[in-house]
Amino acid sequence: MKILVIFAHPKMSESIVQVQMLGAIRNLEGVTIHDLYAAYPDFLIDVDHEQALLLEHDLVVLQHPFYWYSSPAIIKEWLDLVLEHNWAYGNLGTKLHGKFMMQAISTGGPEHFYNPKGKNRFEIRELLNPFNQTAYLCGMAYLEPFAIFVGRRIPETDLVQRVENYRDLIIGLRDGKIAPLGNIALNYSLPGNFALKKA
Amino acid sequence: MHLPDFLIGAFVYLAAAVIAAPIASRLGLGSVLGYLVAGILIGPAVLGLVGSEGQDVLHFAEFGVIVMLFLVGLELQPSKLWSLRKPILGLGGLQVLGTSASIALAAYFIGLDWKAAIAAGLILAMSSTAIVIQSLNERGQLKTFAGQSSFSVLLFQDIAIIPMLALLPLLAVQQSTAHESTSLIAELPAWAQTLSVLAAVAAIVLAGRYLMRPLFRFVAQSGIREIFVAFALLIVVGITLMMQFVGLSAALGTFLAGVVLAESEYRHELEMDLDPFKGLLLAVFFMAVGAGIDFNLLMANPLQILGLVLGFVILKLVVLYVIARIFRMKGPDSAHFAFSLAQGGEFAFVLISFCLGLGLLLATQAAVLVAIVAISMALAPLLFIANENFVQPLFARGGQIRDADVIDETARVIIAGHGRFGMTVGRMLQGKGYKTVVLDHDAEQIDALRKFGFKLFYGDASRVDLLEAAGARTAEVLVIAVDEREKISGIVATVKKHFPHLRIFSRVFDRVHAYELINAGVNDVYREVFSSSLDMGEDVLVALGQHPFEAHRAANTFKKFDEKVVREQARHAGDNDKMVDIVRSSRAELSRVLAGDRAVSPLGDDQAWEDNDGRS
Repeated sequence: MKILVIFAHPKMSESIVQVQMLGAIRNLEGVTIHDLYAAYPDFLIDVDHEQALLLEHDLVVLQHPFYWYSSPAIIKEWLDLVLEHNWAYGNLGTKLHGKFMMQAISTGGPEHFYNPKGKNRFEIRELLNPFNQTAYLCGMAYLEPFAIFVGRRIPETDLVQRVENYRDLIIGLRDGKIAPLGNIALNYSLPGNFALKKA
Repeated sequence: MHLPDFLIGAFVYLAAAVIAAPIASRLGLGSVLGYLVAGILIGPAVLGLVGSEGQDVLHFAEFGVIVMLFLVGLELQPSKLWSLRKPILGLGGLQVLGTSASIALAAYFIGLDWKAAIAAGLILAMSSTAIVIQSLNERGQLKTFAGQSSFSVLLFQDIAIIPMLALLPLLAVQQSTAHESTSLIAELPAWAQTLSVLAAVAAIVLAGRYLMRPLFRFVAQSGIREIFVAFALLIVVGITLMMQFVGLSAALGTFLAGVVLAESEYRHELEMDLDPFKGLLLAVFFMAVGAGIDFNLLMANPLQILGLVLGFVILKLVVLYVIARIFRMKGPDSAHFAFSLAQGGEFAFVLISFCLGLGLLLATQAAVLVAIVAISMALAPLLFIANENFVQPLFARGGQIRDADVIDETARVIIAGHGRFGMTVGRMLQGKGYKTVVLDHDAEQIDALRKFGFKLFYGDASRVDLLEAAGARTAEVLVIAVDEREKISGIVATVKKHFPHLRIFSRVFDRVHAYELINAGVNDVYREVFSSSLDMGEDVLVALGQHPFEAHRAANTFKKFDEKVVREQARHAGDNDKMVDIVRSSRAELSRVLAGDRAVSPLGDDQAWEDNDGRS
């Protein structure tokens, strides 16, 4: 499976977790890393180029820090522009049918914040629902998100462990050792047009 | 105590140079004119401080011209020289041919016999490499199109002197016995002469390629600075001697050597070491020319001599201008080119004495020719000034060359100036479907662009009637993109007075110009290289490893900040103390802003979450 990592971090020089996650999957064969802030510092996204990239890959990983219960701004801009009507969705929009989407995020707060009794009141899974639904509308399978919690305060050994997990996950998906359909997000049911395209 | 004459002479020349050059520079006349006037003053005609030895001094100082051509060659890589082959052969060839022919004709009608007329034509076809290059250089015009063309012609003249020296004896009635050749190979048969010439040139190229580098290294390793200077001089003197030995122009030989060494890593050393020699020798050369003007001859029949000089200069101007136009140079460039080269040259002195020796010219004719050449050389710097102050403005003003076009369009946007700046703005607007009325005062540019389908009108945007015709009453926006500072300010003043409703977007040259326009009420000012330098700064940051987005933010932050500071400074333009304050405080603020030094960073500071956690 060919993997496209859509990466976004607006301040790489201060990144702790994302920079390591990125380093762990850099230069892997079959894994294309696309740093949106580096490619489009002026936000002038080349839609044709992005769509061509999407067509070349099977799994799209949105890798980014979890800002304000969502992604950094450029990921939103990217979704807004690239997933065009009648390309990614709509009656004629079939181009992404049968592909996979996954999110790889890092959070500032610890895991226990993210539940109904915690400070953030919602589970990560719930907060990512807009992305989940985006994948659904585009006929894609949305995989279980990968998250590293407590960005800056994470103990070094834990971070190393989690980053390794991330690398293993990506390599496993790439090589088919991990079946993507066995890794579908908990609250997700495959859209009809996903299977349509697969068949 | 008896001082040697040499020291007295040196004192007079140096003192004259030290006094005259700064004054002439201060007056904006250029140092060449200063030296020439100083020469006249110390010469036999006025103070008589230097006299009969003037001709010897001239010969000595001609070495300055040789050093200069060596330095010019150093600036010119072989590839660049090769790219100039067309102007050198075409422009240069036509110039020598056309000028000699027309002068010879004129001389024939004045009453010289045809042989003397041809000789005079060839003699006066030469221009002064020393004056022209020094003057162009001083004005920073050597690299301009007209400058390069002038240089090409001068180079061809240097080459042409060789066949001239070979052919003139054929014109002479009787093989003169008085003819003394400097060449030691003159007695050899023709094939041997040709062979030695070729050998000399080959020697220069080969030695420059293979011998110079180890030699330079050897000399440089010694670490003795004056030895390096001595070596540099040795090269030039050595080539001069060798060239004279084979009867070639020494200037040409050293020029060739310079070109060969242009790619050497010692180029800058050579330039630095030889530059003072060139400067001083040229100064002496110019003074010697001034001192050499024969005022007795001039006083005997002033009208005749001055008439001849005037006729000569005008004839040369016309021929040069016509040739430039034939070579499709633009009007202003052609004038610049013609005014640069319309004088006699130092080679003329050589040719005159040569022809005198051959019996081609009578002594009186030779004296008149020397006077014409010398006086025209003295006038040359004045021609440069006249071109700049009176001729070029004619092209710029336009109204006198060509009437303004009738403008049959109206648009929301008027663009004044369609050069590098205005064209980009215009193309963007047109690309987005906006009609524009474009004014420009470069007639040839307009004709060229019209062929590409651009709609432009010829005219001066600082004229009220023309702006009116361009629809300034109904337009909303005026883009000022002309490339002259004063003109921009003039247009702004006119528009503010007559069409105050127009929103002005103006190109400005620098900060100070920005202050001026902001204070004139133009808020939309664009420093012409500001944005591209920011772009470059951003790319350099990326090259140094900064993330592109952070580099982009740094450039934009810098831009916003500096635009703000410019506007703040504009309010205090003229108040130096206040300016210093602003610059000082803004420098500190800028580094703070660029470092993103805020209480809470808005981006990527996950820690903010945890601090909250600690408190709750």
